[in-house]
Order: sequence, then structure tokens, then C-alpha cells
Amino acid sequence: MEINADSSAGVAPTHQAEPLNYLNHKKGIASWLFTVDHKRIGLMYLALIGVALFLGGVFALAVRTHLLRPSDKMLTPEQYAQMFTLHGVIMIFLVIIPGIPAVLGNFVVPLMLGAKDVAFPKLNLFSWYLFATGVVMALVTLFTGGLDTGWTLYTPYSSTSFSNVSLVGTAAFIMGFSSILTGLNMMVTIQTMRPKGMTIFRMPLFLWAAYATGIIQIIGTPVLAITLLLLLMERFFRVGIFDPAMGGDAVLFQHFFWFYSHPAVYIMVVPAFGVMSELITVHTRKTIFGYKAIAYSSVAIAILSVIVWGHHLFVSGQTMRTSVIFSIITFAVAVPSAIKVFNWMATLYKGSIALTTPMLFALSFLFTFGIGGLTGLFCGALAIDVHVHDTYFVVAHFHYTMIGVVMVMLGGFYHWWPKITGKMYHERLGQLSAVLVFIGMQMTFLPQFIMGSLGMPRRYYWYPDEFSMHHHISTGGSYILAAGFALVAFNLIWAIFNGKKAPANPWGGATMEWYTQSPPLPHNFDSAPEAGDPYDYTKVHWDNEKKEFISPYVQ
Amino acid sequence: MSDSHAHHDPHLAHHFDSHKQQFTAQKLGMWLFLATEVLMFGGLFVAYSVFRYNHPQMFHEGHKHLNWILGATNTVILLFSSFTMAMAVRCAQLGNNKAVIRFLAVTFACALGFMCIKYVEYSEKIAHGHLLGNLYDFEHKSEGAEGEGHSAVTHESTEDASRKSTESKPEAETQEEAAARIEGEKNQHVFFSLYFMMTGLHGIHVLVGMAIMIWLFLRARKNEFTPTHFAAVDLSGLYWHIVDIVWIFLFPLFYLIS
Repeated sequence: MEINADSSAGVAPTHQAEPLNYLNHKKGIASWLFTVDHKRIGLMYLALIGVALFLGGVFALAVRTHLLRPSDKMLTPEQYAQMFTLHGVIMIFLVIIPGIPAVLGNFVVPLMLGAKDVAFPKLNLFSWYLFATGVVMALVTLFTGGLDTGWTLYTPYSSTSFSNVSLVGTAAFIMGFSSILTGLNMMVTIQTMRPKGMTIFRMPLFLWAAYATGIIQIIGTPVLAITLLLLLMERFFRVGIFDPAMGGDAVLFQHFFWFYSHPAVYIMVVPAFGVMSELITVHTRKTIFGYKAIAYSSVAIAILSVIVWGHHLFVSGQTMRTSVIFSIITFAVAVPSAIKVFNWMATLYKGSIALTTPMLFALSFLFTFGIGGLTGLFCGALAIDVHVHDTYFVVAHFHYTMIGVVMVMLGGFYHWWPKITGKMYHERLGQLSAVLVFIGMQMTFLPQFIMGSLGMPRRYYWYPDEFSMHHHISTGGSYILAAGFALVAFNLIWAIFNGKKAPANPWGGATMEWYTQSPPLPHNFDSAPEAGDPYDYTKVHWDNEKKEFISPYVQ
Repeated sequence: MSDSHAHHDPHLAHHFDSHKQQFTAQKLGMWLFLATEVLMFGGLFVAYSVFRYNHPQMFHEGHKHLNWILGATNTVILLFSSFTMAMAVRCAQLGNNKAVIRFLAVTFACALGFMCIKYVEYSEKIAHGHLLGNLYDFEHKSEGAEGEGHSAVTHESTEDASRKSTESKPEAETQEEAAARIEGEKNQHVFFSLYFMMTGLHGIHVLVGMAIMIWLFLRARKNEFTPTHFAAVDLSGLYWHIVDIVWIFLFPLFYLIS
């Protein structure tokens, strides 16, 4: 909500001087709550996600602070279980899944297409309301019994737990529909609303990623919906599908759950890949290396992602043959992921690398995601997984991938912030925030790899003394990480009030969102621009008198 | 500028360039939505398959409590309603709003008939205590009310089960068959959980379809559908066919097992 208030209040005094844009053309809270403008809806998502990120972060710090000296009993075991569960649920369902697709996807996709809006603007607003309802329900849970099952909601504990699984289940169910409808909207928009000249191989790679994400959302999320519905039925009527006491099959729940939740990992990562492709090329001012390979690998990941869920069940009583097949397919997913990483590295080669804040976040991602991806192969290998399953090794592995995604998300916010708000952020502070996030991240999770491989199980309230050094370093790192996030938030909000006015094309990008003014017109473009090569930087010129980049097709 | 032009045409949203683009987008959106519907029902069908594979006897015993004549009647009704819905779409494409109203009315009547028959079936199940999960009549309280041979039994009262089953079919079956049947009579509440959840979710979709038909009906009365502007009827038709197709699978899977 901060964003809403800021933009209308901050813009008002300079109204005469400033040209008409999507932020100042209508005022008042109602003009936001009933808007069908994709740009405003994107910002409304950002407001909710910002609140959720703060809460999820506080819970994580509570867990880490408790683990600094568990003998102090800062949290009771019940509270501890609640904290890590709520941290997981909030970060996954309220922050990372909607983060890039709903905020940047909404804001950037139609602009990159030179379109006036997404294909279904009202549906888009409806999706936001669904999401907001889910967020409110999740927050209500905090005060009505909480949740102590772990974010995975495994049965039979979740079907009998006295914590408020029902409300969280309903919240996730509703947010699932928000996710489905957003994915559907993006797919239809990209498929049917491309401008003249934009063939599928001239689409910016972020659009490929948004499309691939839509595919995964549409395949995976309905299965989550039915799983949660069955879980709710199990709690209310004990229907006997998942609860062994009633004749059900608890492992069936794990299959159902991971059929969604593993692809969900790629719902989070694939859009980040898309943002990466944009950040890397724009900030090296070099055309992307291996366009088609990156584009196709997004789709390959989307398809492979829905057939690897069984690697979460290696120790759940799956037959060995099934496990071997899932293990092999899991290794196969590494191929398209590696293709992307190598292509980005090749893009950097002999590029003119500018160490701007978005670029620092992108480079952090390359390093962090590299480790996260490679340790994923450890977990996908059958024998090693038996050893590392449910240890801190797994925790470190997925935080390396997920915080990698968050890094790209923050890099993306910095990158498009001049377009979104019309103001420049503070570059030095931005670079400092990127460095803090990077150092904090490594310090928090590298020790977790080590203690995990030494056998420290995840989710434990207590640990033997031999792990205290690892835990202390990890907790110290988490404070640095938190400081980094706080600095990002401060910098972005500071920019709204005190930032320099942003030019239309601050980075010299060649995709179409930079063709319109910053912030964009209410309807984006006066007339539809014609698309060319989105990565041809020779057509963007530096004007030495105006001290800014001139796009080939200025509105 | 296409913007000012768009304001002359109330049927073309401002962010689309042409009717063709708008229609393509709407149609693609609907197909993607239907894909999610299929996947959502797909989860239930997978659950069905897993339990059917692991406990075939449970399904065999359970289906005896379902009335296949009512099920078959409902199948015919829904198939016919799909035909009338297709005719409504055709008439909307031709801009014949009067005929759209007529065909929608018939389709609506079919949907209503379907729900009435479902009501009769559900009432019968409820009267006999054949309900889902812990609502299932484990104690056979409603046993006396009707003359069913062997009502279902849970694992909690297996002794009771063997006694009852020997009473109902004393000499016709071998020991093996009896064992299989007792096995099947266990966990009958799971069969009815699946039955109620799958037909229930389908029933909710029928109700939604009926609401959509009322909306289309009101729009057709205002003569809103023209040969260039019939997407609402067309896409609702697609939805209705999916509702029909789901039933086509539900009917044999529950009523026609043997």
C-alpha cells in the first residue's frame, strides 16, 4: 500500500510540470482498487508481496536467532515449528511464486509487446483480489492457531493437526487460482498480442520465460487445487483418501503434492531466468549469446519439470525402478539449466560489463544458482540422497536456488524501477545492497551444506555442540542478509521521493518497454511500435548533449 | 489511431486491434482454462485409479449400491444437452437470438433434469447411510429402514461383517468369494468418498453452467449476439461440453463396474 500512497502523494505537487502518465492520470485509492491497468495491478501485487516478504523474513530471523543458542529457549518447540512452517509457506506461496510473474510479468510483458494491456484486464484485477484474499487468510492464520506441519503439509499429520491447516489450505487454494489465471493471461497475451514484426524468435527472452511459466502454472496448479481440496475434505469428513487410519494412502498425498510443488520450483525459477537474460544483455550492451538455445531450454524445463516429482519420494517407499527413472529425468533437467548458464557466461565474454546494481544481482545469481543447481544433482542421486535427505544439506540446496531467484527479482526491480516510478535509485547504495545480500546469503547457507553433510537434520529445535560453530556463522549471515534486504527496500522507496528523474531509456535497452516514456503513458504507447531484434544495441544511440540513450523509435 | 476507432465499437475492447485478435485471445484463454479443469478432475481420477487398482473389490461392492438406470438416464440427458448447446452456438453465429433463447432453454431444462435425478440419487444414498468419510453409517443404523442385502462394513467391525454377509448369501459363494467380498465391504466409506467428491465437483460445475446459461439467456433477449460477436455463447458451449465429457467418464467408472 505504501507504493499507492507514495505515487499519488509524491506526484501531486509537480503535476503541472510532469507529463501525463499512468501514476498521475487518476488519483485516489479507488482509482487503484478498481483499476484494470496492468501496470497499476503489478504495483498492487508488489505492495502485498513486500508485506509478505517482511513477515517471512521476520519468521526466518526468529528461527535463526533461536538456533544461535537453543538452550536459551527463546521459542518453545511449538512456536519453533510454527515459525519455520510459516516462513516456508509465506516465502513460497506469497513471495517467490507470485514475485516475478505477477509483479514484473504484469508490468513488463505488455510493454515489451508494445500492447496496451494484457489480454484479459478484468481477469487480471480479479486475480489480484484472489491473491489479496489468500494473503489476508494467511495472515489471519497467524492469530488463529498458526500452522505447524512444515510447508509440505504432509498427511497424516496435516489431516489431524490442531493448528489451522484448513485456513492455510483454503488460502493456498485461492492463491492457486490467482496463479493459474495470471499464467493464463500471460500466455494468451504473448500468443495473440504480439506487434507487427515480432515473430516468436524476435520475442525478448523474458517473454519466452513468462510463456513457459504459464505452461507450468496451468499444468501444475490445478493438481495442487484438487490436492488441497482433498486435504480439506480429509480434515472435515475424514474421507479416507490420504489418512491411513481411515483406509487412505499417505504417500499418495506426497505424489500429489510434489506433482505441483516440484514444477512450482520452476514457476519460481523460469521467470528469473527470463529476467536474467534481459539484465545480462542490457548491462553488457552485447547481444544475447545463443538466443534459440535459451528460448528452447525454457520450454524444455517447463516440460521436464512436471515429470520429476518422484525425486522427493526416494525414501518414502517408492519402488527402486520408479526411483531410478525419476533420478535419471532429474539429471536431465540439469541440461537445459546448464545451457542457460553457459549462454549467459558466453554473453558476458568480451561484453562491456557495467557493474550496475542489476548486473551485480545478476552475477550473484550466476554464482549462487550454479551452486544451488549442482547440489541439486547430489540430492537427485539415489545413494547420496538417502544420506542427505531431510538434512540441512537439502535446506541449503533449495535456499541457494530460491534466494538466487530473489536476487534476480531484486535485480529486476532495480532494473525496471526507473520505468515503474520514473525515478532513479541511488546507485552506490544499490551496489552496497547487492554486496550485502550476496555475502549474507553465502554466509548463511554455506555452513548449512557442511552441517547437513555431517548429518544435522532439518527442522530440529536443538543441536549437539559440535554444530554450534556452523549454526553461529549461519545466524550471523542471516542478519547480514536481512540488512541487505532492508537496504534494497530503503533504496527503492527513497528513489520514489528523492530519486533523480529517470530518462525513458536509462540503460540503453533495445526492448520495447524502453521506447515509451518513464513512467509510461496510461495506455503505454500512442501508436503500436514495430518490433525488431530485441538485442540489437547498435540501434540505440548515446546522445552526448542530452546525456541519455535515444531509442530508435521514440514515442 | 486504433484507440479512437475502438470507442465506436462497444464489442471490441480498447486493447485489441481487431475482432479477430480479440476472438482468438478469448478462445485460447478458454481452452487453457479447460485444460486446467481437466487437470483438476485428473487428480481425482488418479486417486480413483490408485484405489481401484489396490482395492478392486471395494469398488465392485460399492457400485452395487448405485442405480445404473438413473445414471444412464442422466448420461442421455447430458448428451442431448450438449447437442442443444451446440445448436445454440450455431444460432448465435448466425445472429438468430430467438433460436439461441429456445436452445438455451432446452439445455437449461436438461441441466435441471440432471440435477433433479442427482438429487434423487443423493437422497437415496443419504437415507441408506452411504455417505462419505466419517459421515458413513458404520453402525448400520439405517439398515432396518430398507431391504438391502449386505450393507457395507468397516474394518472396525469385521466380525460383524462376516456375520452379516453369511446371513445374506449363505450357500451361493465359495469361501474365496466370501473373503473377497468381505475385503470389498471394508472401507466402503472410501468408495463413497470418491463417489461424492467426484460427482459432487461435477455437480458444482453443472450448477455453474446453469448460471452461465441464465446470463447468456438475458443477453440473447437483448439481441446482443451477432455473426461477429458470439464469443460468449461459443466459449460457454465449450465449457458445457467439458462438463458433459467428465460425466461420460464418471458414469462407467462408478455405475458400470463388474
